[in-house]
Amino acid sequence: MTIDAAALPTAPGIGAAADLVNRVGPVAGIVAVVIVVWYAAAVWLNAPQVIDRFKSDEKSWTTRELIDATWSMDRPVLPAPHQIAVNFYETVFQTPIASKRSLVYHAGVTVSSTLLGFLFGSVLGILLAVGTVHSPVLDRSLLPWIIASQTVPILAIAPMVVVVLGSIGFVGLFPKAVISMYLCFFPVTIGMVKGLRSPDPLQLDLMRTYSASPAQVLWKLRWPAATDFMFASLKVAIATSLVGAIVGELPTGAQAGLGARLLSGSYYGQTIQIWSALFMAATIGVALVAVVGLIEHLVARRMGKPA
Amino acid sequence: MPALDAGLATLASQTTPSAGSAPATTAAAGTTPTAIEIRGLSLTFKSADTPVVALDDINLTIRRGEFVSFIGPSGCGKTTLLRVIADLEAPSAGTITVNGVSPEAARLNRAYGYVFQAPALYAWRSVLRNVMLPLEIIGMTATERKTRAASYLSMVGLAGFERKFPWQLSGGMQQRVSIARALAFEPELLLMDEPFGALDEITRDHLNDQLLRLWEQTGKTVVFVTHSISEAVFLSKRIVVMSPRPGRILEIIGNDLPSGRRLDVRETTQFLEVAHRVRQALRAGHSYDD
Repeated sequence: MTIDAAALPTAPGIGAAADLVNRVGPVAGIVAVVIVVWYAAAVWLNAPQVIDRFKSDEKSWTTRELIDATWSMDRPVLPAPHQIAVNFYETVFQTPIASKRSLVYHAGVTVSSTLLGFLFGSVLGILLAVGTVHSPVLDRSLLPWIIASQTVPILAIAPMVVVVLGSIGFVGLFPKAVISMYLCFFPVTIGMVKGLRSPDPLQLDLMRTYSASPAQVLWKLRWPAATDFMFASLKVAIATSLVGAIVGELPTGAQAGLGARLLSGSYYGQTIQIWSALFMAATIGVALVAVVGLIEHLVARRMGKPA
Repeated sequence: MPALDAGLATLASQTTPSAGSAPATTAAAGTTPTAIEIRGLSLTFKSADTPVVALDDINLTIRRGEFVSFIGPSGCGKTTLLRVIADLEAPSAGTITVNGVSPEAARLNRAYGYVFQAPALYAWRSVLRNVMLPLEIIGMTATERKTRAASYLSMVGLAGFERKFPWQLSGGMQQRVSIARALAFEPELLLMDEPFGALDEITRDHLNDQLLRLWEQTGKTVVFVTHSISEAVFLSKRIVVMSPRPGRILEIIGNDLPSGRRLDVRETTQFLEVAHRVRQALRAGHSYDD
């Protein structure tokens, strides 16, 4: 395709258009399939309730009416995509941001604890990795604890973190950020230990021939060598950090945040509200990972990586 | 070539009058100051099953300004010996001094530049910044290290490539960057471990020629590890022939080929004679048997 485009300089537009179709086509195809399956599933899952209602109203119904009804219930088992889209649009664009009903407001609360937790977690993860790489004692003593920490379900720990931190006066953003941090430092530590150890023996010997100090070896060799590993870990970390922030909002009885939105949605059977909060969480997750990816790209360019 | 003539004059003044004609082995303790002194040195690597004797009873004196090659088959300890000089390995027994002090003290004084088998460039640094690396570590000012690095890059024929990254260069050019990097902080002693081993013969010839001119110009002490007989004979004043299991020095062959050698010296009878002696020595060590 590209060869054709190069060989026919008179028609570059055709090549570019074909390129666009090639790129967007598969994604659009998958989305279309998901939507079709989703509508079908909505009919299948919601039909029993609708039929019960029709029966209790002693009404006769056509297939058409049944399908329409399954796609427009107030509290469906599975809302139809357009219901979620409408709710998402209304709560994002048609509600004042300061309002408690605004999804943007709730997303903002979650994003701030996500980012704070991500910052804490990345710093903690990197410090643990630097310690592990430089001290054999830490290498042997820390790692088992780090791994053990990740085997404890976060849902079990989160309420205790909130209670403990609350009793010493930390409420609101901070406890949630701590829960985020607890989840997200792990991939950073694992990735950075690997990355800081990635220079080959020759590159390390070279530093030794210069009698470089450990700090110089860290900043001029180990740190830049770990860049790829760091960004891979940070992408995982920022996504788990978001999960941590949402989980942290569940047991805190938080009044705000996507987690609180999910919780209140499930109390009152507001499935549409739950799904649009989930959709918002997914969108934020994709966006955050994309931002990390963008920074990675800029850094890689500065470091002379082939495009 | 005034620069070259001046280099040769410096070189001549540094060489004892007898070294030109007498076998260099006997002239080892001449009047020129000693760069490296090795006495009864051995090194045993402790491995899981049996200890490996990498070096056994090595005695060698290298004078300042000399170009000495270590040659021998794989596993003869030539690289290990170079690494001991550089304080990258510690000997198990014997004594060694570099510039009159222990290898560790010499390393801490930044007495030598080391060129490895592979270029070992840092992929995230441009060519210029790779050469500037040792200068950053010794704490030179930014402007000074930039000028210094640029001048050594042009010395190895890479002016104009400063802003390129290692992956944009051929293997030969990368190795030249690593030589410029070793030269950049102007050590008196240059330790080179098969620096041209991975290159094609044409590039290698070219770099051999460049290296020899560089040595003639600067009068540095060079210790050069190789497994190529013709490379050793072309470059060195003395050739240390080694044999494996355990790594020992079989013979030290003086090379009387005149200074100011050019590549076509390799076709002369005198060159072939020295090469023949090296080959004989290697054969005597049964180096080819296993």
